[in-house]
Amino acid sequence: MDILALSWCGIIAFGVIMYVILGGFDLGIGMMSIFFKDERERDLLVSAILPVWDGNQTWLVFGGAALYGAFPVAFSAILPLMYIPILMMVVALLFRGVSFEFRLKAIKTKRFWEICIFLGSLFATIAQGLILGTFVQGFNLSANAGAVDQWFNPFGIACAIALIFGYVLLGANFLIIKTAGKLQEKSYAVSGKIQYFILVGFVMVSVWSPFLDHAIMERWFNPGNMLYLAILPMVTMLLLITHWVAIKKKYEYVPFWSAIGMFLMCYLGFIISSYPYIVPRQITYMAAAADKSSLLFMLVGVCGMLPPLLYYTYYSYKIFRGKVVQIGY
Amino acid sequence: MLLDTTLLSRIQFGFTISFHILFPAFSIGLVLFIATMESIWLKTKNPLYLSICKFWTKVFALTFGMGVVSGVVMEFQLGTNWAGFTQAVGGVLGPLFTYEVMTAFFIEAGFLGVMLFGWDRVGPKLHYLATLLVVIGTTLSAYWIMSANTWMQHPVGYKQVNGVFKVADWMQVVFNPATFPRFIHMLLASYIAAGFVICSVSAYYLLQNRFVTFAKTCFSFTWWVLLVLIPLQIYVGDVTGVQVHANQPLKTAAMEGIWETQAGAPLVLFAIPDQKNQLNHWEVSIPHGAALFNTHQWNGILTGLKTVPIQNQPNVMPVFFGFRVMVGMGLLMLLQSIIAIYLRWKKRLYDTRWFLMSAVLSAPLGFIALWCGWITAEMGRQPWIVYGVLKTADAVSTVSLRDVMISFALIFIVYGIIFGYFYFYFLHKTLHKGPSDIKEQEEPHQPFQYMPSSFVEHK
Repeated sequence: MDILALSWCGIIAFGVIMYVILGGFDLGIGMMSIFFKDERERDLLVSAILPVWDGNQTWLVFGGAALYGAFPVAFSAILPLMYIPILMMVVALLFRGVSFEFRLKAIKTKRFWEICIFLGSLFATIAQGLILGTFVQGFNLSANAGAVDQWFNPFGIACAIALIFGYVLLGANFLIIKTAGKLQEKSYAVSGKIQYFILVGFVMVSVWSPFLDHAIMERWFNPGNMLYLAILPMVTMLLLITHWVAIKKKYEYVPFWSAIGMFLMCYLGFIISSYPYIVPRQITYMAAAADKSSLLFMLVGVCGMLPPLLYYTYYSYKIFRGKVVQIGY
Repeated sequence: MLLDTTLLSRIQFGFTISFHILFPAFSIGLVLFIATMESIWLKTKNPLYLSICKFWTKVFALTFGMGVVSGVVMEFQLGTNWAGFTQAVGGVLGPLFTYEVMTAFFIEAGFLGVMLFGWDRVGPKLHYLATLLVVIGTTLSAYWIMSANTWMQHPVGYKQVNGVFKVADWMQVVFNPATFPRFIHMLLASYIAAGFVICSVSAYYLLQNRFVTFAKTCFSFTWWVLLVLIPLQIYVGDVTGVQVHANQPLKTAAMEGIWETQAGAPLVLFAIPDQKNQLNHWEVSIPHGAALFNTHQWNGILTGLKTVPIQNQPNVMPVFFGFRVMVGMGLLMLLQSIIAIYLRWKKRLYDTRWFLMSAVLSAPLGFIALWCGWITAEMGRQPWIVYGVLKTADAVSTVSLRDVMISFALIFIVYGIIFGYFYFYFLHKTLHKGPSDIKEQEEPHQPFQYMPSSFVEHK
């Protein structure tokens, strides 16, 4: 029973990190796009994500549906508490999604839709950051309905800012792969600057989060664990150095992959801090799990569908591989 | 209180899903049309069919995108506003949604990109395969959603432990016998709704004397298809009606305006149902009609609304009229398709002005029927969210009225602007521009010209 619930934690965690990485780079590009002055450049930026953003977002839908099915108690506890940020996220994603479609068809209002893509990406990221902040800090289930301080607090805001930088880093590094020439130069420059903010973010979160909750402190600074857990920040630092070198040496693929590595490390840190809670420090994954038959029924589907699904996700990326280049650039 | 979180959450859900359903329904029908045209093109190599494909694919892209983003709102809304529902039935419906994502959404998302932007990046056969996969994806998606909804109408294969629903038999939940007629009914409704849009646009071109060959092909083809589909839909609707009566007699009673339990109930053509006094005003009816339709027996017995106390009855007015408008639209569409084929036979289909005008105006008919059908189905289920076992009032989240007001106001404005105005604006723009000659270059502002095919290694 518990192994079944635990495997569902794993599957949902996988769905979420897939969304954070894939959705993250396209949100990042969405947030960057507005700062490129040349319309042709913005065309290229949008072209780089146009065939894939829908698929990327599907991982979010997957995570949501799986949480709904596997841990209905968690889904029904979290979402009403996160009413406003969730609403903000879905409306922002909606705005952004339609703006991609409308921008393709618009001529006079093209600039307007670009602003919408920017705002949609920005607000979706902020909402996700606020939700992340609440997950790290832990929920308060007995709070009054409509309590705002649950998700709107200094740590949440810090998470939102950190996530903006994180997504822009992913976005810029994806653009390094997808572009050439002047645009690639600009992407290197953005990534080169953002990495320092990322460093600041890492230090800040590492210092701040142990003080949020006694249990987090206990887990990380317990003499028995400390040595093993120290590997995590060390690897993160190594990745950051790799990233720094890669930007300097103008490698194309290393920055993207090392940024993904950094995200994975942060995510791992988050999981270590939260385990075994699915609604942090309130409900454990065992207590929130659906009936065994539901978990098993879904697991059959995941085992059958996930491999082909990952394959054609890879395949559709492969079809649209290569650089987006303006003719006569 | 006049307005509580339950009522406002219901209004919000009804509002969001009414907008949402338009897009998947149109997409399901349209992509099948595109796939059919693409297969004809592959067979005949006639560029006309390719231009039909490419043109409708533009409309499809716009529509499908709207469906995707408005669907995300639906998913999260189940948690934000209907936490009681989620907690009770998440273990039953969640797996269905998860299967939907795994078997449909990922396929659609993965191959939609190929379908829309891949004309120059993959060969025609592979492109056709991508289109077919999108057809399969949208159809499967409809199946999972219909099975989830059917479970709410007619719950089977479950056991209830401390207020939480657990599944005893997944085969019964997934292959609920009540799902099939409803699923086919919904698919046909989508095909017909899309068909009427295609006819409307073609008629518009014919009236303007633009893209005449293109318009004639779409127009004639679609009317023939509609002439088959509409009678079929009426038959499936009848099967669905019999099944609704068997599973949810009170819904049938509300649809037919039957207050007293009786044998050989009359078919009420028109009436003003008065729920307060539990009777109909100005009733015009045909004896035995309702009994015949719902039980297929002259003296079949229909349960009356009065068998349950008033607070357990559905709100009769919207169910009664929703059902009548749906049937009325169906008959109107049938009449049009018969006239169309008569004119085709007389070789006057393309120049009978009044008929072309009526075809232009009939674009929304299929959607009105679809909406009214859903109003009948969903409001007829009330006051239950899961028929007979879970009340809607017990399913709502503990959230503040203020939050729901904020969300509804925001959704109302955003949907109004995006779907109410811009979708139609860009749809109109696409339609007005019409199909481009396939030899003609794509417009200069199309970003994908920047992906030169030199980067593609054709296999």
